[in-house]
Amino acid sequence: MTSNLIVYLIAIPLLSSAVLLLSGRKANKWGHLLGTLASASSFGVGAYLFTQMLAQPTEERAMTQKLFSWINVGSFNVDASLLLDQLSICFVLLITGVGTLIHIYSISYMSHDLDRRRFFAYLNLFIAAMLLLVLGDSYLNLYVGWEGVGLASYLLIGFWNQKPTYATAAKKAFVMNRVGDLGLSLAIMIAFASMGTVSFAGIEEAAPKASTTTLTAIGIMLLIAAAGKSAQFPLQAWLGDAMAGPTPVSALIHAATMVTAGVYLITRSNFIFDAAPTAQLLVVIVGAITLLFGAIVGTAKDDIKKALAASTMSQIGYMILAAGLGPVGYAFAIMHLLTHGFFKAGMFLGAGSVMHGMNDEVNMRKYGALRKFMPITFITFGLGYLAIIGVPPFAGFYSKDMIIETALNAGGIKGILLGSAALFGAGLTAFYMTRVMILTFTGTKRWDDEAHPHESPILMWLPMAILAIGSVLSGFLFTRGDALVHWLEPVVAPHEHGEHSELLPPIVVSGLALTIVLIGISIAVMMYVRRPVADVAPENVSALTKIVRQDLLQDVANEAIFMRPGQALTKSLVTIDEKVIDGAVHGVGAMAIGSGSELRKTQTGYVRSYSALILVGAAAIVLGIWVITQ
Amino acid sequence: MNSANYLYLSALLFTIGAVGVVIRRNAIVVFMCVELMLNAANLSFVTFSRINGNLDGQIVAFFTMVVAACEVVVGLAIIVTIYRSRRSASVDDANLLKR
Repeated sequence: MTSNLIVYLIAIPLLSSAVLLLSGRKANKWGHLLGTLASASSFGVGAYLFTQMLAQPTEERAMTQKLFSWINVGSFNVDASLLLDQLSICFVLLITGVGTLIHIYSISYMSHDLDRRRFFAYLNLFIAAMLLLVLGDSYLNLYVGWEGVGLASYLLIGFWNQKPTYATAAKKAFVMNRVGDLGLSLAIMIAFASMGTVSFAGIEEAAPKASTTTLTAIGIMLLIAAAGKSAQFPLQAWLGDAMAGPTPVSALIHAATMVTAGVYLITRSNFIFDAAPTAQLLVVIVGAITLLFGAIVGTAKDDIKKALAASTMSQIGYMILAAGLGPVGYAFAIMHLLTHGFFKAGMFLGAGSVMHGMNDEVNMRKYGALRKFMPITFITFGLGYLAIIGVPPFAGFYSKDMIIETALNAGGIKGILLGSAALFGAGLTAFYMTRVMILTFTGTKRWDDEAHPHESPILMWLPMAILAIGSVLSGFLFTRGDALVHWLEPVVAPHEHGEHSELLPPIVVSGLALTIVLIGISIAVMMYVRRPVADVAPENVSALTKIVRQDLLQDVANEAIFMRPGQALTKSLVTIDEKVIDGAVHGVGAMAIGSGSELRKTQTGYVRSYSALILVGAAAIVLGIWVITQ
Repeated sequence: MNSANYLYLSALLFTIGAVGVVIRRNAIVVFMCVELMLNAANLSFVTFSRINGNLDGQIVAFFTMVVAACEVVVGLAIIVTIYRSRRSASVDDANLLKR
């Protein structure tokens, strides 16, 4: 089925972004309204297309739209085409829906910022690029969106680039993303070299005939790309620093949408990963490592946004883990992605609301007892909290439980390892999220006298409330009659039931997970409710805590393994350039100057010496001729 | 008389002229030494003409005289001009080329 409405999804925010960027200060008065309207209209188009899809039978739901013939060189033909199928529409509704809510929130949150119009222009640019990423029908189209969201992310992390550390954080995110982007471009090149096409449909068709080695290579490259964009191990270090951006940006880009692009990429490339078991194994390993890594880092963060960022990293680890489990996991990866989009965006907005009332203080040790002053923020944040730790019947319970269950049933030692990692991660999640709740909303007040905590205006709490409703209901709705699993079946190959033996019955797994969550909560309560909380992070802590506070030495490792050797290489190259290449160039010049100044001495200006030279020269020639002819 | 003697004389005159050009400072004297060298060459041409028994050498000698006459005109004019501007006929004072 074709539809020529799909392009408007992208075109509306893109156009709005261009208008906002080009119209200058004149647009300051209405810029935020146009930006919000553009995002909302895009959501409207998405919702209309969704109803159209629902009206179609399952096989005919995917829609395409060819925009123009982009590259046409010999056998290399790429159309700029859009593909809206069951997988893309999930993302379209998440991006535009959560995006619109965050636009509304930002109107109020950024109201004191002189550059609010530019902020909305970048947000619109991000929405357009992210939609292009999920709507492209080939890896090359996806790549354009992929780079676009990277750009928007860079611009928004460094939005307050008058602070040098924020500008550095933006650069760090950009550079680490480039490493991932290199993986994606290599994957595209390998795919074209071996299969002669870069479209999803073309590669899906050619994949069964391709060698396992090729598919593994493409899979690993795609995994690197996903790791870069989704802040997965070993390219995870940028996400914590990315919290330098305004809080709505952290909610939209670094929690709900952009960082999940890696999960989309792996799910979209299911035909490659299903045929390349080695690459798939690497995917689950990366996912398992990251989910523990993020959760461990989250336990020691005092910065509320960085704690949530570590949690995001960990939750995306769950999604990547699920996506790496193959056909049984894709739908659960997407389900967790969607529920996470609700509760994590909601919690980030809650964190923003708290910061708004606390003079932009981010240190949780300076909060405390905010429940009385910000009741709405407390309730919405609390619902998100219950969702993320996986308490039934909130959203996270359904999606995370499914992932734990699927991981446990992956078979053999692999299943036991992955399942325990996922279960342990759930316990850690419960611990650090409870810690965030306790430090922020309960206990005694620890803030300074100049802070006057107050509830945020309606434009801010309304989006939080809507997202909180999503955090409560979405999991139940997605799993009712396996709705999401069946919805996604045409895109990701359906899994046969009874293929794997169940290690433990689902009810036992749920019970186990809940027990571990309860243990996590109890430890947090014992540590932060029973004992008074210091308003300065205590220094006399174990070596382990110190390492965790430094993000498990991720920056130290990156600096030792990549940065310093890289700098040494650069330095040696500069030395070679200066000594060898410049030496040769300067040497030629110095030689010409030196010989010139020596020869100049013969030019005395005296006629007599010139005539003597002529004479001597003539005599020498005559003598020479005489000698030769002799 | 042996023709070689004319050649010796020619060589002697040429050498005197050349040495004069190199060591003398007065422009007029240098100029006369140049003339001496030209005429030494003329003498050689004429002598060779006689030895070979044809007129080629003598014709060249006439050409040389014509060229020498022209040279005298131009050269003297330059010397006079330099003398007028610098009150000196020394070739060493005309060393602007060095700077």
